[in-house]
Parts: sequence; structure tokens; C-alpha cells
Amino acid sequence: MFDQTSFIPTEKLKALRDKIQRIARDKIASQASLVDEEEFFNHEVESLLWDLGLLTLTFPEQYGGFGKGRTVALCLAVEEIAKVCASSSLLLIIQAVGSFPIIHGGSKELKKRYLPQMSQGRKLVAYLVTEPSAGSDIANIQSTAVREGDDYLLNGSKCFATSGGVAGIYSVLAKTSEQEEKGSSSFFLVERESPGLSIGRTESKLGQRGSNTTEVFLENVRVPAGNLLGREGEGFLIAMKDFDMSRPAIAAQALGIAEGAFEAVLQFVKTQHTLRTPIADHPAIQSILADSAVLIEASRGLTYRAAILNDEGKDNTKFASMAKCFAGDAAMKVTADAIDALQVLSGYGFVKDFQVERMFRDAKLTQIFEGTNQIQRLVIARQILKESM
Amino acid sequence: MFQLDEEQRLILQSVREIVQKEITPRAAGLDQTGEFPLEAVRIFAKNDFLNPLLPRAYGGVELSTFIFCMIVEEIAKACASASLLLIAQAEGTLPMVYGADEPLKGKYLRRLAGGSEILTGLGAIESSAGSGIFSLPTNAELRGSHYILGGERCFVKNGSVADFLVLYAYTDRSKGSRGISAFVAEKGFPGFVFKRDEDKMGTRGTVYSEMRLENLRVPRENLIGQEGEGFANMLKTLSASRLFTAAQAVGLSQGALDEALSYARRRVQFGKTISHHAPIQFMIAEMATGIESARLLTYETAFLLDQERWEKVGTYAAMAKLVASDAAMKVTTDAVQMMGGYGYMRDYPVERMMRDAKATQVHSGTNQIMKLIIGRDLAGIS
Repeated sequence: MFDQTSFIPTEKLKALRDKIQRIARDKIASQASLVDEEEFFNHEVESLLWDLGLLTLTFPEQYGGFGKGRTVALCLAVEEIAKVCASSSLLLIIQAVGSFPIIHGGSKELKKRYLPQMSQGRKLVAYLVTEPSAGSDIANIQSTAVREGDDYLLNGSKCFATSGGVAGIYSVLAKTSEQEEKGSSSFFLVERESPGLSIGRTESKLGQRGSNTTEVFLENVRVPAGNLLGREGEGFLIAMKDFDMSRPAIAAQALGIAEGAFEAVLQFVKTQHTLRTPIADHPAIQSILADSAVLIEASRGLTYRAAILNDEGKDNTKFASMAKCFAGDAAMKVTADAIDALQVLSGYGFVKDFQVERMFRDAKLTQIFEGTNQIQRLVIARQILKESM
Repeated sequence: MFQLDEEQRLILQSVREIVQKEITPRAAGLDQTGEFPLEAVRIFAKNDFLNPLLPRAYGGVELSTFIFCMIVEEIAKACASASLLLIAQAEGTLPMVYGADEPLKGKYLRRLAGGSEILTGLGAIESSAGSGIFSLPTNAELRGSHYILGGERCFVKNGSVADFLVLYAYTDRSKGSRGISAFVAEKGFPGFVFKRDEDKMGTRGTVYSEMRLENLRVPRENLIGQEGEGFANMLKTLSASRLFTAAQAVGLSQGALDEALSYARRRVQFGKTISHHAPIQFMIAEMATGIESARLLTYETAFLLDQERWEKVGTYAAMAKLVASDAAMKVTTDAVQMMGGYGYMRDYPVERMMRDAKATQVHSGTNQIMKLIIGRDLAGIS
């Protein structure tokens, strides 16, 4: 019902959106409750996403990438899928986030070797940054990479790794120098089969339960020096650049979740009548519809503005944080209101038979990952202060 | 302002100890399996606080509403599901306390006395009516020695596990709300059909049942009070129930704040514990302020109910439930937020508390309905 066309600059993007919308509705929606309930990673959905080329959207074009407008393409795909199943949309986001250090930091030889494996060999990527003592405080990671001849020796414990247990390739952030500063860490490409790499436990979560979240341990994992992504000490910088793409994508996910919940309420009120009047004529219901629609449209504006800026190669850090923060908060409000609306109308908002309680749980994650909304506010304020200097 | 005497302090102290020892360790498991907390029933019954409001005349301890709310709060700090047990019991008991004559009280209330593990509840919500509780279409028709009840009931707390339930139905539809009457129906009465228990987002260690009344035969003597007294009875009972939900929400909030605070004092980011960061302190301040104001309104409402100032109780209970459950939603959501990735994981209790908090906004009448009640009362619209 919402028209995204004003944010979609090309016909190619429109065609992509339409295709995904259809397939999300026909093939992904029906399994959303099941993956939530049973808490499992659905390999059939993964295959479908590979078939559609959605897990390589942000890759260079010769490896299946979308090309110009790739951030918008990622956001559109994430949004459409998140309308029906947030867990499935998260797979797209983490694939883009995890492959970013490889695409933007890997040497020519490294990319030539791994990108075909990843795109044709259909390998998922996980992004190993967060550690038990380094969440928002990325600079505080304890994992180390020590140069030994032609190799690096990696050691450390990573947690909350999305796709951690199903990935074939990992982008790992580790300290390459003892200095306590932002230039002390670097990214490395690590293969799943590397001796010393092991998967810890799989986490049970509040929402997005169809995504796979695990611990990953690195114990004397040896990687060739050529697997260094970017130069030594550039890890923090790459992570920040990655955020400029991933935060609009999280915003798009939040937007999609909110739209899914909104749609559920809208369908319900349009089909129900009381004795005298359609439920949709009730002022209390109209107020919920209006508030939700305002939040959704405002989220859309920020999300695609941040995405377009990124595609144009312009600084989007402030807008990326604004989009992520606003859309995440909006999704929480819209999904909570959807539960209330269905509860008032039918008494059934809170029970699992309707999808909105799942959407509410899924929405909470958007306020937390890729930098909590508290961190986003710091980023926004810092950017504003920097701009006004 | 609210002073506890020595006896009340001792009661709460013992509740706190039992909760810590018996309820806290079981909370996560209950949520996971979605099973009914039979063990909690046994523990509460053994320690004589499954039915704290039960009148002395029928073998109960007859605590004040005020202390009852504090007990509910203590239990909800650790496990909202277990606290709902006490609320459901009160909902099945109070309609009789408020309106039944001696023989009926003697028959059913006595069953709850001593260490009794017998369960009860209230079937007020008509399926498809939701919060539109007042449009309950069920009819009760007197045929000889029995009333015959039809209709569907949903979200009946303790529905499938209760031995007896209180039901409301029209005995004379032409009289509108003055044609509603209250009944006690036992599990074994012919025509009482349990359809299913709901699978819920939160308070998963409770039973909310869907039931059908298929020409349910209720003996005439199981009418509570007189025909037509049901509506007033229901308003009193629901007001009390909303107050208890407020107490549950206050406990839930406090439990979440305690967890988040202990995390914030341990968790080091950017070189110091996150409790030193201003944004976190702002969150803590808002959470604590929300809880304290909700607690005060809850206690004030309990105080009014104990004084039987019914002209005020309905509106105050709606206000308390509205403020306390909205605070619970915000506090528990912020607790998850403060604990970041850890908060989102099932290993930590705050995500469960967040799901449980949503229940406090929707049960005993949604908060949207609370606003209608408050608004209409203050605007002088009946």
C-alpha cells in the first residue's frame, strides 16, 4: 500500500522490488511463524535468496552484484522480506556486512580467489567483531593477530555472530598492535575449515529467532598474510565504513517490520464491521493508523536518503545513524500499537496466532544491533558538532 | 505515608524468602515450557498465600488489599506468571465475597481454605468481544432448578485447571446492564467444554483457556446474589483485578530494573562501567521514576479499596493499571536495551520480563479501554 517509487531512482531497482515483493509474499511469508517457533535456520529460504541473487547484491558486478545503486537495492530487498519475515531479511544484511571488509579491503588476488567461491559456491559470510567485553566499545576487542613469518596467528572469542554457525567464510576483527587506540586492529578473512576455528553454542533469542547466532572461537588459527583485509590497523576504519551501509539496511529492516504489522492491522479493520459502522471509522483506530503511517513514512524518508547518499559516494554517517535510530524506535512503537489495536478489536493481539507479537519481538533487535540506539545518538550528535565547526 | 506494621513486615519478609528460594529458580523454565506452575501452587498453598484475601469466616487469613498487592509485587519481581496465580484466585473469590449469600460462600470459599490447592478463576470475556466486555451476548435461562448458559468464553485465566469458575451472563437482556447476573460453575457441570489453552507471547507459565458453554447447567442456588446484580459485581471484581495487574506490573518493572542495574554496575565499556555513562543514567532515572509513580498510585488505589470507597476505586484502578503497565513496558524494554545483545538473549531474564510486561497492558481490559473508563468517568458520562 505504501509507494516507494519516489525513492527508487531506476527502472532496474523497481523491477527488483516488484520481484522480491511477489516472492516474499508467495514463498517466504508462510514459513515465518515456523522458524520463529522452532528457532531454526531455514536452508530452503537461503537457497531461494541465492537463486534470486540477493546474497550477492553488494558484490562487484562480475560476481553477481547489483552494480550502481547497490545500497538502495539492499535496502529494498531487506524491507520487502522483512515485511513478512525479519529473520530471513537479516540473512541479507549480515551477508552484506560480512563481505564488506573482503570487497573493500581484500587484495585483487584474494578477491579473485574467494569471491567466486562465495558467489558460485554459495558461501555465507559472518562478521566476527563483537566480543564478550566489546559490544558498543569496538576498540576494546581482545582478540589478537600476531604476525609469524608469512602468516598471522589468530586467537580470541567472538560472540553474537549472526550466521556464525552456517557461514563458510568469516571476516574477523583482531588486534594487530598493543596500542590502545583505534588504529590497533585489522580484519582478516578466515575460512570455516581452518584448524583451530570452532563454533560455540547457538543463542536463543527474543526475536529474529530464525536467524543463527553463535559464539565462534579462534585458537591459534593460522591464516596467510594475504588474508589481511586492508592494511594493518585499518580495521576500525573499515568497520565504520561498513556501518554506513549496514545502518540504512537495519533501518530498512525496521521499516519492513513496521509495514508488516501495519498491514495486519489495516487488513483486520477493513474486513471487520460492528453492528452500525465499520471498525475503520472508529476515531481510536484511525488515530493508531495515522500515527503508524506517519512513523513509517518518516522512516522511509530517512532510510532511503541515507542509502542514496551512500550509493552516491557521499558522507552519510549522520543520516545512516538517524535512519537506524528513528526506524528502530518507530518499529517498536508501530508493532506495539498493532498488538494493542488487535487486542482491543479481537482480544487476540497478544496470542501467537496473529503475527504481530512476533513482529514486536523482532523489532526490538533493530534498536540494539549494529550499534545500540544510544550509540547512534552519540554518533549523530558528534557529526552535527563536527559539521558546525 | 504507607506504614507497615510488624506483622505485615514479617509476611512480606517470608514471601520474599520463599520467592527467592522457590520461584526465582523456576521462572525461566516455566517460560520456556509454557507449563502451568503446579509447583508454585503447591508452595503458595503450603505457605498460606495462595488466597490471602479469603475471609476469616471461611478459614482464610483475610489480608488487606494493600498487603495483597505487595505480595503480588514481590512475586512478580521474579516471575510474573506465578504472581498471576494469586490474581486468578482472587478473581474467582471476590465475586462471591462481594455478592454471594451465606450458603454459597460456605460451599465454595471454604474449599480454598487452609493449605488447599484448589484453583478458581473468572470467565468474563466473551470470545469475539475482546475488551468489549459489556456486550457479552451470553444468555442464562432459568429452567426449573437450573440456569442454562450458552456462549463462548476466551482468555479465562486458570480456565482448564480451575475447579470452579465465576461466569457472567444475561438473565434478562431487555434490562441492559441491570439484566446481568453472576454464577458459580463447577468443572464437572454438564455442558462445560474446554476448547484449548492459548499459546502466548508472555506470562507463558499461566493458563488462558478458550471454553464453550454448551447449554451449561448451573443449579439455581449457584446464582451469586440476586438476578440483575451481576453487572455491579463484575465492575467491582474487574476494578480489583486491574489494581492487582498494576501491582503485578510494578513488581515486574522493579525486577527488570534490578537486573539492569546490576548489569550496568558490572559491564565495562569505554574504560568504565556503563553505569558511569550519562545516557545510561538517564535511562535508569526514567525507569526508577516511572516505577515509583506507578507504585504510589497502585498503593493509593489499594488503600481506597480497603476503605471500600467504590465511587473512586473504578477510576483509580484504571489509572493505576494504565500507568503501571505502561511503565512496565517501558522499563522492561529499556532493561533489554541497557543490556544490549545480552538483554536480547534468553539466558537473561529481561527479555522474558519484556514479553510478560506486554500482558499487563492487555489483560484485565486493554489500556485503551482504561482510557475510556477514566475519560468517561471524569467527563461525567456513564
